[in-house]
Amino acid sequence: MSDMQDYKSSLSDTTSRKFETFSYLPAMTAEQTRTQIEYIVSKGWNPGIEHTEPENSRSNYWYMWKLPMFGETDVDAILAEIENCHKAHPNNHVRLLGFDNFKQSAGASMVIYRGKTV
Amino acid sequence: MAKTYDAGVKEYRETYWMPEYTPKDTDILACFKITPQDGVPREEVAAAVAAESSTGTWTTVWTDLLTDLDYYKGRAYAIEDVPGDDTCFYAFVAYPIDLFEEGSVVNVLTSLVGNVFGFKALRALRLEDIRFPVAYVMTCNGPPQGIQVERDIMNKYGRPLLGCTIKPKLGLSAKNYGRACYEGLRGGLDFTKDDENVNSQPFMRWRHRFDFVMEAIHKAEAETGERKGHYLNVTAPTADEMMRRAEYAKEIGAPIIMHDYLTGGLSANTQLAQWCQNNGMLLHIHRAMHAVLDRNPHHGIHFRVLTKVLRLSGGDHLHSGTVVGKLEGDRDATLGWIDTMRDSFIKEDRSRGLFFDQDWGSMPGVLPVASGGIHVWHMPALVNIFGDDSVLQFGGGTLGHPWGNAAGAAANRVAVEACVEARNSGRELEKEGKDILTTAAKHSPELKMAMETWKEIKFEFDTVDKLDVAHK
Repeated sequence: MSDMQDYKSSLSDTTSRKFETFSYLPAMTAEQTRTQIEYIVSKGWNPGIEHTEPENSRSNYWYMWKLPMFGETDVDAILAEIENCHKAHPNNHVRLLGFDNFKQSAGASMVIYRGKTV
Repeated sequence: MAKTYDAGVKEYRETYWMPEYTPKDTDILACFKITPQDGVPREEVAAAVAAESSTGTWTTVWTDLLTDLDYYKGRAYAIEDVPGDDTCFYAFVAYPIDLFEEGSVVNVLTSLVGNVFGFKALRALRLEDIRFPVAYVMTCNGPPQGIQVERDIMNKYGRPLLGCTIKPKLGLSAKNYGRACYEGLRGGLDFTKDDENVNSQPFMRWRHRFDFVMEAIHKAEAETGERKGHYLNVTAPTADEMMRRAEYAKEIGAPIIMHDYLTGGLSANTQLAQWCQNNGMLLHIHRAMHAVLDRNPHHGIHFRVLTKVLRLSGGDHLHSGTVVGKLEGDRDATLGWIDTMRDSFIKEDRSRGLFFDQDWGSMPGVLPVASGGIHVWHMPALVNIFGDDSVLQFGGGTLGHPWGNAAGAAANRVAVEACVEARNSGRELEKEGKDILTTAAKHSPELKMAMETWKEIKFEFDTVDKLDVAHK
């Protein structure tokens, strides 16, 4: 039993809260974020940025940061908007989506800035 | 000029063999693999299959002349060699759409795989594929919600969904069972699943199971902040009882229920799928009994047909085989039928066993479920083969983790996310799988432990039902 590791997760420990896709991996480095944006662009999806107060993260509707960046393929421009959103809302979760208009779904969705969970 | 009545037995091919016939866009087309009795000509057997699966019987009857039989009959319109097998041949049959009740796969199957399968002039018969014309597809209800709606309901984007079948299959009490679900869900699974033979046995009646499992879901959701579900199996002895269980699942807020579409029956399945659509419920479909029908290469119904039948009858998930796990499934053939589940148009492709173009019109797709004998080491191959629109389901590969279900679930969740992240970065999963998982395990002791536990397990039996390929 001494080799066995306890699974640390509980209602009272707010670090147990996750953020869906990629939230079981360490927060992405700037380089990894760039690679994921390149993937979204290569798929022809429209990048979109959304944010929320951590206490409201379970809603389907996070706040849109401006409009989805329709047709935007400049990775630096997309990165800059993520930064702008984060600067304006430093305590919020900020997620990047890749909207696939043919499937009417998000082909990608990942939280880039993780606020303090509740 | 009107025909006259001439009693007696005629050769089938006089009426039902029409090599000059060009199938209509509205015809239902079927490809049969026929193994005839010795000495019976191919055209005669093919015509007999067309006749017996449509309007014909063994002798001429006077009532034939009261209708326009030449319109209603099935037509054998082509014959082909089976690559690699001289004992049998393919026969293609076209059926006018009027032969089948709208929205009834039950009716289509009753004709196409009815009496004809016991016909004496055949040694064996296999229904290889059906082309459902879009005119017929649009009369069927189809999947209750479809893939995109499921992603929105469950809030899962950009990756395969992750599930786990609770084991042991039978014998747990409802409370212990709920514990097993809770542990898996809090560890990072999206879904847990009732095993197919969990219905409502004396050791665990359905209602207790539903109540305890819902508590597990609610607590895991509160703990992780993510959305969770459990396939509550509503398969029951009667359709009334099935509906009673489905209604209760809805009442307690379950997002998804489950049905066994072959043992439960297609009428029940279609009824349940329509109810799910009207009640906002997702429907997971298990396929117990399929191997009885689809495994023999010469006799029965190919799984790609059973796939199409389910998509028409209705279901949001369907077990598809894993290619890499413990259960049967050739890789190219599996790719063929998982596309058949998900895509809106699938082109004929004999290299994947697809005999016809299939147009699904606006009918939603079904998520293929890879389940059976898979563990973290299979993850890179599974993500590569199945892509994001799938459910990867690890039973033993979650519950068998030395530290328990939560750790097993976390290991699989880290592995699937690491594989998706790597794939999006342009890495080749099946080549670099070991490196990707090893790197991910550096920050996940649960994954590291899982990798040490299952390293050596492989399933390398040859497939019994292979695609037909040339031998000469």
